[in-house]
Amino acid sequence: MKFEAVIGLEIHTQLATESKIFSGAATRYGAEANTQACLVDLGYPGVLPVLNREAVLMAIRFGLATHCRIAERSVFARKNYFYPDLPKGYQISQYELPVVHGGYIDILCEDAVKRIGITRAHLEEDAGKSLHEDFQGMSGIDLNRAGTPLLEIVSEPDMRSAAEAGAYMRTIHTLVRYLGISDGNMQEGSYRCDANVSIRPRGATELGTRTELKNLNSFRFVEKAIEIEIDRQIDVVQSGGTVVQETRLYDSDRDETRSMRGKEEAEDYRYFPDPDLLPVMIDSALVEEQRAALPELPAEKRERFMSEYGLSAYDADILTASRALADYYEDCVGHSRAKPKLAANWVIGDLTAALNRAGLEIGESRVGAAELATLLERIDSGTISGKIAKDVFEAVWNGEGGVDEIIERRGLEQISDSASLEALVDEVVAANPAQVQQYRDGKTQVLGFFVGQVMKASQGRANPRQVNEILRAKLGG
Amino acid sequence: MKHCLERIGRFDGALNAFVSVTEDRALAQAAEADRRIAAGDATTLTGVPIAHKDIFCTAGVRTSCGSRMLDNFIAPYDATVVERLDAAGAIMLGKTNMDEFAMGSSNETSFYGAVLNPWDHDTVPGGSSGGSAAAVAARLVPGATGTDTGGSIRQPAALSGITGLKPTYGRVSRYGMIAFASSLDQAGTLTRTAEDAALLLEAMAGFDSRDSTSLDEPVPAYSQAIEEPLEALTIGVPENFFDEGLDAGNAAAVTAALGELQKHGATLKRIRLDNVHLSVPAYYVVAPAEASSNLSRFDGVRYGYRSPEAMNDDLNAFYKRNRGEGFGAEVRRRILIGAWVLSTGYYDAYYLKAQKVRQLISSDFARAFDEVDIVAGPTTPTPAFGLGQKTGDPVQMYLNDIYTIGANLAGLPAMSVPCGFSGGLPVGLQLIGPHLSEARLLQTAHHFQRATDWHARVPPGYD
Amino acid sequence: MSLNTKDIDKLCELARLAIRADEIADVSAKLSDIVALVDQLQSADTAGVPPMAHPLDRSQRLRADVVTEADERELFQENAALVERGLYLVPKVID
Ligand SMILES: [Mg+2]
Ligand SMILES: [Zn+2]
Repeated sequence: MKFEAVIGLEIHTQLATESKIFSGAATRYGAEANTQACLVDLGYPGVLPVLNREAVLMAIRFGLATHCRIAERSVFARKNYFYPDLPKGYQISQYELPVVHGGYIDILCEDAVKRIGITRAHLEEDAGKSLHEDFQGMSGIDLNRAGTPLLEIVSEPDMRSAAEAGAYMRTIHTLVRYLGISDGNMQEGSYRCDANVSIRPRGATELGTRTELKNLNSFRFVEKAIEIEIDRQIDVVQSGGTVVQETRLYDSDRDETRSMRGKEEAEDYRYFPDPDLLPVMIDSALVEEQRAALPELPAEKRERFMSEYGLSAYDADILTASRALADYYEDCVGHSRAKPKLAANWVIGDLTAALNRAGLEIGESRVGAAELATLLERIDSGTISGKIAKDVFEAVWNGEGGVDEIIERRGLEQISDSASLEALVDEVVAANPAQVQQYRDGKTQVLGFFVGQVMKASQGRANPRQVNEILRAKLGG
Repeated sequence: MKHCLERIGRFDGALNAFVSVTEDRALAQAAEADRRIAAGDATTLTGVPIAHKDIFCTAGVRTSCGSRMLDNFIAPYDATVVERLDAAGAIMLGKTNMDEFAMGSSNETSFYGAVLNPWDHDTVPGGSSGGSAAAVAARLVPGATGTDTGGSIRQPAALSGITGLKPTYGRVSRYGMIAFASSLDQAGTLTRTAEDAALLLEAMAGFDSRDSTSLDEPVPAYSQAIEEPLEALTIGVPENFFDEGLDAGNAAAVTAALGELQKHGATLKRIRLDNVHLSVPAYYVVAPAEASSNLSRFDGVRYGYRSPEAMNDDLNAFYKRNRGEGFGAEVRRRILIGAWVLSTGYYDAYYLKAQKVRQLISSDFARAFDEVDIVAGPTTPTPAFGLGQKTGDPVQMYLNDIYTIGANLAGLPAMSVPCGFSGGLPVGLQLIGPHLSEARLLQTAHHFQRATDWHARVPPGYD
Repeated sequence: MSLNTKDIDKLCELARLAIRADEIADVSAKLSDIVALVDQLQSADTAGVPPMAHPLDRSQRLRADVVTEADERELFQENAALVERGLYLVPKVID
């Protein structure tokens, strides 16, 4: 029997607010334990939550960017359960009336565009952290993260493969960063997801029993874990068993998923509307204000890069993967009269490689967009060759000076003056009579050898197009 | 102030109205008050001694909420109510006893023991603000704060022969007031007179950015408003408040009081609040549901009671032991009922149903206020009952609040005013008004008190 | 509707409350009385009545995204039973 997988994702993304969702404590990452946990975050007796306006606006922007409906009236609910990292014994979340619902996003997977439904996105508070090392068999609780605003984005079960799930997660990741609502930092846990996975015979319409894979915090883990879970479920069914509904954890060391025992007994969260928080009313004026503030979204930008700059879908996709990269590219193109395609090659190629080697973000690039633009213009105008340009880039990267300064100081300017070039060609021709004879006997491929020799003699500075012309003339004569 | 401390010393050993007496803080505040008086910038409350129900957080002072759970809890901050009364110059003498986490109608569920009713030491003062009520009734302080979730200011005020005011939901900030049932809780005052209530409310009320359910509405000058002549009021008298459950002596006292109001130009109008008989059942779903969640934070991790043995347990048993030992029997019952009405399979039948009934009860009042200015009737079905008389039967205890709960469900302001005696024990007249009608309630009570002296009666042995 | 010992056990688990074995019969009897009281709700005709979650028919006020709280860990942790290196200690959490 052929099976197909049915996958839905719940993505938790931390919103990039200054203060927490219900308190005035800072959200900065990495502070000393419990120094950013105020009375509200600690769940002290008598204190009350007050909702952060910015978190609501961010959720609205996300909703608008994913064609969701923005709830005119949205309600916060309490999800009740006991856990040491949950100080109040309940999480303030949303249940029946989330802030946004009913939208979609298009993803690109294996060259095909696929539309993934977004069921809802709701606001909630994050929990703290339990640390288990070195406390004589006890656990230590740090509540700095408690109360950090989260947007939980729940998809429809529209994905059919691990690759689609990965592509969806990346697409949303790109989007939230574009919108400036999350830094998406996965190492710091700012972007993580749970995957609901089931299988069914291909062609079937009803859903199989699903398992939930918890806390996947890298794109690679999401794909790996889902792949393994699909295989496991197929094995179970093919060997005559049935899949049980349960929560499973992905173990990346062993590359397997395993059941979280004890969590099976379905938790009864006893959701009810939080009586400390009145319904949030969002009027259309506020929605329109947020719509007007939306930046160009990744999909729109990709389209525009293709039509405006004549880029391939592949190049446009890479260059729009982050807003910062796209901005850098456009900055560079705007500064130079060089061809956009040349700029794309450089940004995707040499620049990205250099950034990766140094472990830097685009915003930290040691070669600014204007500087790269100058370099591209020098290539385009024939001042330097593409090959020399790589050395110049390297030198600028290493802080040795500006593009023109380095070309000048090192004397790298291309030799385009015919007299000098003719002299060089004459020297090479004279030094290689055997090859001259070969050429004249009809083995015109040796032209390449001569070009190489001339370039070598000029230390790469000779204009290759002119060298070719002069060589043809001289050898032909 | 010294006079009050002296009376506390003399009488409180028996009454048990105070959980903590904060003499040092009081002396410091009194010195500051003297300085202000000398400097000529005294306000109406400068130097006025008061007590706070031990449900309000007070920085540096134990805030126990009447529970073993918080017996060792020193609040690191002041509740807004405390902060505002401080700023108005009032002097805090101490923290008053209360039913544990405000759950009770007799002040017998406190970890610190029962409070006695100054009118008769064999009876209860009512609850949950029983310590505040007894302290005011016994003239240990002229005024005290309280909280009212289902009648916890009005019922003890009635049973102790004093004036109790529960303002409109949201009129007074809940910040720093330990939550029992968040959609019902409201802070208010226990005083001898409506005049004093007006003064305290004026200082306590108003918008607080730390409580997003606090009302952003101007605070009237209540103490001036009460002096204005009483306009011709239409007073609605719910006939179903005068049913067979009402003690005959209470009925007589309340009826006489309504007659007195008529003399002041009021027109009485019989009304029906059709769903009011469901207020107790609705309340005992909504309040425990919210309480079960509000009280989940008490787990012995960041503050509060931790059993000496708890660290030997696994995590689950750790919670169960801390909470099982830290909470008393009534609190545990309400947490369990609350968990039950919210749990899968029961939510719709109980929690959601109760919310719908709450809507019906609230609509009954709204309809009534289309026709009448205020609603008046008894505060409680009976005068103070005997200590221990109802502790074995929670449902009998709950029915004490049958006339008071409606105002909480609908978020309405309400008062209890002394209006006579039944069998030698005080009886309260309840006045309920539409949202934000505190000024009219206080004004009505004030005129009533100018014509009567029930509020001026002192319990024997306490004059 | 009444609550038996098994129901009470389940609720004690949900609410993380230990109740001594010798108390269970009393708890169960009293809770069943309370259940009988609240069962009176079933007599109300609430068809078409919207649930009322809150006495204020108003909308949530929002606060500006501003950090207003400073570190007061030391003061706050004075109330904690067991703290080490700034962390609150509890029995081992098993994920
Ligand atoms: Mg979820
Ligand atoms: Zn979530």
